[in-house]
Amino acid sequence: MQIHITTSDGVPPYLQIVNQVKYLVASGRLAAGEELPPIRVLALRLRVNPNTVARAYRELETAGVVEKRSTTGTYVSYAGSPLARREKLRIVIERIDALLAEARQLGFDAHEIHDLVRQRDAAMKPPESEK
Amino acid sequence: MSESVVDIQGVTRRFGPKTALDDVSLTVPRGVVFGLVGANGAGKTTLIKHVLGLLRAETGSVRVFGRDPVADPVGVLSRIGYLSEENDLPGWMRVDELIRYTRAFYPDWDDTYAEELRQTFALDPAARVKNLSKGQRARAGLLIALAYRPSLLLLDEPSSGLDPIVRRDILAAIIRTIADEGRTVLFSSHLLEEVERVADHVTMIDQGKIALSAPLDAIKESHRCLTLRFAESRPQPPVVPGVLVWEGAGQEWTAVCRDGPARLEEAANQWGAQIVAERVPSLDEIFVARVGIPASAVAEE
Repeated sequence: MQIHITTSDGVPPYLQIVNQVKYLVASGRLAAGEELPPIRVLALRLRVNPNTVARAYRELETAGVVEKRSTTGTYVSYAGSPLARREKLRIVIERIDALLAEARQLGFDAHEIHDLVRQRDAAMKPPESEK
Repeated sequence: MSESVVDIQGVTRRFGPKTALDDVSLTVPRGVVFGLVGANGAGKTTLIKHVLGLLRAETGSVRVFGRDPVADPVGVLSRIGYLSEENDLPGWMRVDELIRYTRAFYPDWDDTYAEELRQTFALDPAARVKNLSKGQRARAGLLIALAYRPSLLLLDEPSSGLDPIVRRDILAAIIRTIADEGRTVLFSSHLLEEVERVADHVTMIDQGKIALSAPLDAIKESHRCLTLRFAESRPQPPVVPGVLVWEGAGQEWTAVCRDGPARLEEAANQWGAQIVAERVPSLDEIFVARVGIPASAVAEE
């Protein structure tokens, strides 16, 4: 589980952990059923207060992204799909917004972008994809 | 019996004409990482010396584990692990001698843990302390501060002037200490980035006075950094209560404010300015806004 904490942009460390775990789950780099590192281990690795990791895990549990299993540990939940969906949507929307902002700057309107997205999508399909 | 580990009430300390501490009160509860931040000469070390009983409170009171550290130094110091920036270890001793020597003072000394730390830190037992590099000397100091698992780990500018790898060891020591149920860390630093990573509670000292003392989460939640875009270029930003500092030029000005963004949002409306960015500032930015700026530039109350 690759998480990076920065203190330069003001986002509280616990929230950075929450966001990055959500991102890892949404992007499939953390699979359902996978175990998260114990609080103390992750705290030491990220060099943050264990309370910070505990808080992040609590929030992730409340959001249904992870679940605590009795005493063993914290696991990515299987039932996390609605949130994962929302999270995936958020990631894509962020990218689209960035694209639109840049496109507008360069003088393309949304229709042109729409057509271009279709074109690129067609171009991206591998030729041997008739499986 | 209160659960506070350190309880300081109304302590004032003068050195000649200089007031090093001015009516300082603070309470460190059990089981937290308490970060003490302030510019050089703000009074952090003076405060820590009171906790250690090296200075007697001229006015007010200091209690550590409910005891007076000046009257009962053994009762207090036997439960504190202390590491300072100066780190004045006896240079003529070898590392193994230093360990044996320190061990004699502490009934709770843990040989296994001490050896584990010595190996982790790659400290050569036969090396003389005075021949160690600055980083290795800090690690030796850290070893003898940790090996009896003190109830309170007290670090005075521990990372000052050290390379990132030693600083990482020090942060790890703080994290391990707090992860063990019930132990407490009080550390002073001007590396705000480290404080922001590990502290539960932050106290800012400025010229001997406590400028701000609150849980880190609360500090982060109450401060905001807003960028305003004015319809016209301005030679200087407007005066708004709660704004600690402005930075910018022309049409765009960025403010760090306290007590949430509401007042500035309202003011922006009034001035016909647009808020183009809003975020939570880093502890570093909050610190600079709080104590790094001459008081005259701050719009108080």
